[in-house]
Amino acid sequence: MNKLTIFLREKYLVITPILLIISIAQLEQYSQLTTSGTFGAALRLSIPILLAGLGGLFSERTGIVNIGLEGMMIMGTWFTAWGGVLYGPWYGILFGLAGGALFGLIHAVATVSFQVDHIVSGVAINILAVGAGRFFNILAFDDYEYASSTASPIVEGEIGRITLPFISGGEINGSPTFNILGSLEEQNIILLSDIAGLLYGVTSNISYFSIISLLMIPGSIYLLWRTPLGLQMRSVGEFPSGSESLGVNVYLMKYTGVIISGALAGLAGAYLVLEGPSVYLEGQTNGRGFIGLASLLFGNYRPFGIFLGAGLFGFADALQLRSEESIHGLLIVIFLFMFILTARNIYQRNIRSGVLSGLVGLAFFVWFNNSTTIPIQFVYFTPHLTTLIVLSFASQKFRMPKSVGKPYKKGELS
Amino acid sequence: MNLRYRLISLSAPILALSLSVLLTSLILTAIGKDPIETFVLMYDYGTTGKSLVSVFNRFIPLYISAIAVAVGFKMGLFNIGVEGQYLLSALLAAAIGASFSVSRPLHILLIMLIATAISSVWGAIAGYLKVNRGIHEVISTIMLNYIGTGIIAYLLGQVFNDEDAANLIPQTTPLPETGQIPSLNNLLNIEDLPSLHGFLPIAIFLGLIYYFLIWKTTLGYNLRITGQNPTAAKFSGVDPKRLTMLAMIISGGFAGLVGMGPLLSYHHQYSIDFPAGIGFAGIGVALLGRNHPVGMAFGAILFAFLERSSQILDLRDVPKEIETMMSAFILLIVVVFYEVIRRYIVTQQIKEASRQVDD
Repeated sequence: MNKLTIFLREKYLVITPILLIISIAQLEQYSQLTTSGTFGAALRLSIPILLAGLGGLFSERTGIVNIGLEGMMIMGTWFTAWGGVLYGPWYGILFGLAGGALFGLIHAVATVSFQVDHIVSGVAINILAVGAGRFFNILAFDDYEYASSTASPIVEGEIGRITLPFISGGEINGSPTFNILGSLEEQNIILLSDIAGLLYGVTSNISYFSIISLLMIPGSIYLLWRTPLGLQMRSVGEFPSGSESLGVNVYLMKYTGVIISGALAGLAGAYLVLEGPSVYLEGQTNGRGFIGLASLLFGNYRPFGIFLGAGLFGFADALQLRSEESIHGLLIVIFLFMFILTARNIYQRNIRSGVLSGLVGLAFFVWFNNSTTIPIQFVYFTPHLTTLIVLSFASQKFRMPKSVGKPYKKGELS
Repeated sequence: MNLRYRLISLSAPILALSLSVLLTSLILTAIGKDPIETFVLMYDYGTTGKSLVSVFNRFIPLYISAIAVAVGFKMGLFNIGVEGQYLLSALLAAAIGASFSVSRPLHILLIMLIATAISSVWGAIAGYLKVNRGIHEVISTIMLNYIGTGIIAYLLGQVFNDEDAANLIPQTTPLPETGQIPSLNNLLNIEDLPSLHGFLPIAIFLGLIYYFLIWKTTLGYNLRITGQNPTAAKFSGVDPKRLTMLAMIISGGFAGLVGMGPLLSYHHQYSIDFPAGIGFAGIGVALLGRNHPVGMAFGAILFAFLERSSQILDLRDVPKEIETMMSAFILLIVVVFYEVIRRYIVTQQIKEASRQVDD
């Protein structure tokens, strides 16, 4: 069997929905599903999840579970707003990074130095971050006109944007160039136009912050898999007492991992603020830290996998902003997907699961048939529901770092 | 564990509290407020009769929420979804409870039963996803919280909204008299104070049930040994999958009763004003009280007291959010201290044992 067949065999549960979505998008009323606008929004919404997921990667690769990502992200949002209001957006990014790293340090002190249960510490950090965000906001912006206890003033100033020249119509020296992808998208050729829409969406009007964030993927791969430091960090997550015996400073590696993790979560928060409403808002992170963690699981603890997971969740998030009709179209996708699943289950003589998925599919079909839109309240949780569904079908074969979640004390055999 | 170790364990929350007070004082000084004056102000306001009633009313759901979380904690299961479980079940119980009428104790009992059942099912989803699909319960319960919030918003706005209500906020039809629990004020001769919720005895009773469940039944024993040593538990014949399912169902069941205190004895209907956030607060109480019914009672009282007494601060130009910071400090410091002291006791016990062997 060649590589492609193996890939298709393993990932068909992910590939089929994508194909289904593309086919549905050929219909006029669901065409929003694959426009460049949707993909552009999807990229913008994926990046915070990607950064949070990479944050989770650095922490868990050194053996520390980081449920506190959400809290570190909240700190990122507030510190970014603070730095941004005082000194402009680029300083905001630095502040956000530092704020996240600071909370990473707290998590590291609790879990590494004091061996507190990782999830307990993470939960405590999330609670602390919500309170701290609000408290800091009141303290820092008390005298500003357009601020309240749950919102900061606006960060003035822009982070530049760029469009790829020759392919997506970006400018060179002020004169426009060809827009190959844009015109392809308008042709309405099956598949080709959808793919052109995807590429056009992610190559036009992209902010420098997005580019920096995307560079974190090769950056993480390089740091973790191509440098001695990365090797030491990963070894600590697999077999800490073994690393210790080889002279690796286990505590230092774990501290490094968790602080980088916090910094990346902080960066995710910065992105949410600067590429979003340009203010800090309470509840702005909306569970994206946890979705980032889910993308880490989906991506099986690898940077590129995390990117795919984040892209998927970002896409779901983008649809809710774009159009309610598109989400309604997803109902039929779910129905068809459940239909395929039922066939598979019955083929594998797994009657009970077959009946279950068949019933679920039928329910979705009835729902689709008897409505024209989805209640707006349901649209809000599309990304969260997607997360659950995707994890249900993808999370079977994890290869997590061996000692992740286990406390390690110097000199004790783990 | 002998008495000496018990006393040492007890020092952790006290030390954590002191250190948090110290940290909070530093912050207060940094923002130019006198910490002693602030704490005295909080204490004076928090101990008025009116405030104490409010503290006990807040204690009720907080304590039950902590119990719900603790059932999971006992076996190392993190039910972060108490928040969604209690809100969703409170809404449905309020809506269904208002649609029929039977005599009083039965009506109340039925409403509580409905809430427990719905909340258990909602909790069981996370159990199912963990057991059959390998999704960690922290992620699934968090996602279910968001999904629950959406469902609540939809049901409250589109399905159960009481169109006859005078004000325009979305709300369910009020429960009839037979579905309301009277206040305790007459019983305790405190008519001049605000209403003390009649759910208080039930909350204390639930604490007792929790104690018996965990320490006096086989199920509770299995939960505890699984929490302490999953491998040993497995070899002693515990089915971890079945136990996870059961723990999520029971935890969800307790969570369903969190909203019943406010619903049956005060609000009598579900509206957007219904108290939220108690599910998350309960996690803190369970951590502080170390999953022990008495410890959690103290924890719930403490957090309820801090919350109430901080209300005065805004009037004196101190941000009342200092209380959130203080609660979070207590939480973070106490989990560190518990771990430090646990390790200290273990080393002491090892030393003691080796001394006995030497003799």
